[in-house]
Amino acid sequence: MLIEAKDIAVALGGKPVLRGIDLTLRTGELVGLIGPNGAGKTTLLRVIANLLPHAGAVLYDREPAKAIGHKALARRIAFLAQGGAVHWQMRAEAVVALGRLPHRRPLGEMTAADQDAIARAMLATDAASFRDRTLDSLSGGERMRVLLARALAVEAEMLLADEPLAGLDPRHQLEAMTLLRRVAASGAGVVVVLHDLTLAGRFCDRLVLLDQGRILADGPPDAVLGDDHLSQAFGISVARGRRDGEDFVLPWHSLNDKETAR
Amino acid sequence: MSAALDTPAALAPIAYWRLVLLLALATLAMAAVSLAIGYARLDLWAALADWLAGRQTLPALVLAELRLPRAVLGALVGFSLGMAGAAMQGLLRNPLAEPGILGISSAAAFGAVVVFYSGFAGAFALALPLGGIAGAMLAVLLLYGFIGRGAGTMTLILAGVAINSFAGAMTSLALNLAPNPYAALEIVFWLMGSLADRSLVHVWLVLPLMLLGWALLLSCAPALDGLTLGEDTARSLGFDLTWLRARLIGGAALSVGSAVAVTGAIGFVGLVVPHLLRPLIGHRPGRLLLVSGFGGAILTLAADTALRLLPIRPELKLGVVTALIGAPFLFSLIHRLRQEA
Repeated sequence: MLIEAKDIAVALGGKPVLRGIDLTLRTGELVGLIGPNGAGKTTLLRVIANLLPHAGAVLYDREPAKAIGHKALARRIAFLAQGGAVHWQMRAEAVVALGRLPHRRPLGEMTAADQDAIARAMLATDAASFRDRTLDSLSGGERMRVLLARALAVEAEMLLADEPLAGLDPRHQLEAMTLLRRVAASGAGVVVVLHDLTLAGRFCDRLVLLDQGRILADGPPDAVLGDDHLSQAFGISVARGRRDGEDFVLPWHSLNDKETAR
Repeated sequence: MSAALDTPAALAPIAYWRLVLLLALATLAMAAVSLAIGYARLDLWAALADWLAGRQTLPALVLAELRLPRAVLGALVGFSLGMAGAAMQGLLRNPLAEPGILGISSAAAFGAVVVFYSGFAGAFALALPLGGIAGAMLAVLLLYGFIGRGAGTMTLILAGVAINSFAGAMTSLALNLAPNPYAALEIVFWLMGSLADRSLVHVWLVLPLMLLGWALLLSCAPALDGLTLGEDTARSLGFDLTWLRARLIGGAALSVGSAVAVTGAIGFVGLVVPHLLRPLIGHRPGRLLLVSGFGGAILTLAADTALRLLPIRPELKLGVVTALIGAPFLFSLIHRLRQEA
């Protein structure tokens, strides 16, 4: 699948949130969407997922969403919302099963293919061991893995994930990023909103840096995570290092803060 | 892989349909009990035989004119209230959403009272349920306008208080302006909610409207499951939320509006029943609809049968009894939600 966003603009409550965004997304690529709070990352992800009215055009394989239809697009694009609210205390497996709703026929029950997809998704996120527990009995990290499994269970061509690492401990953050990279390697496209620049630089094939509703940089992590970009967008300087033949960055100083910027 | 993760019982459709069947049978059984119990002794089989043969005997008349409408309406009204409660809870993602608490029932009652007054009720039979439906529709639209998306418990209850008091004030105004005190008294008693002294005409009047309402609500089952994860996720799963809201609002107004129009306001059924049954279907809002419908029918029939067995005369009104059971239940539910928050 090829998603092309052209000249996207969004205003929420009269305030411009996104302006002049041009973005192309392909399958097989793990794209990290980074930027400071309020830069418009979530808004852009929702526009790409066809969840928000906007100016400009988003084309899915050169077709607008209207021509494809709600249900068909839902089978091709999976969306993992920020925050992970679950309003009823369903069992973990029942939550994951919600990912199969776009595949369900009216009045149809779950098929063996649905069951397999659910099982695969839960194994992939290491969530199978608590499939029978209710969501309120899980830790924040376990909960997030169930919700990630829900999105994977759609088995869509494109996975859009808004801060899937929130609330995960370091090991599960690493495992989640490894998993997303594996999803991309298997041929799907993944766009993930991240706050951790180190993980973004290490795992993503490509980074898109948003600042004040515009794309400040778009390209390979090395090019996007330059000092000038980071100081302009985040107001920080970073420490750089090298491990296992890979460069990494570590947020080090806030440029506003006299204490740390010494 | 699927051997390692075999289907557990709670996900299996068979267990769900077994529960539905069980509740349906229990509803039939409860309706039979309701038929058998009354102020006069009745040989049910003889009455049934007379009625079916078209013989105008006293037992046949008691069955057809008194017992049968009461049992059938009890089941229909209870089913409507139970299912509408489950549907509103699913839409608003809040276990306290219920037609009575949200003011839908009292708005429907106001709609029906307006029809009483204007004299339309005499002009054509459907006017009364249509008045109730219009009132219910107005309340749900108002409610949705009030709280928009993802309402917190507090907003929800406050919106209900506002709608309830407005509908109550308008109804009181109508009573205040009543042409004679007897008309006012008649309306006050009707407002309390009762299944007594209804006829099969009432059943035929509301049945099609209720069936349409139920069908609309049931068609929302998968989308209500999807809404568990919030509106964005539901839309990303391919559900058109505008269309979903229209169906839910229309379905709730049709079923609750016509129920209130023939029996008056019967509260709390839609609160108590979904809450009790939710654990049995794994908290899935879509599956709660049908199950709550039957549960509502059982509870309403049971309450209506119980009040005929109570040695209290004049007979207690059904709406009074359900409120006496439901209000403490609401207290305990709020208490528990506060502790969880």
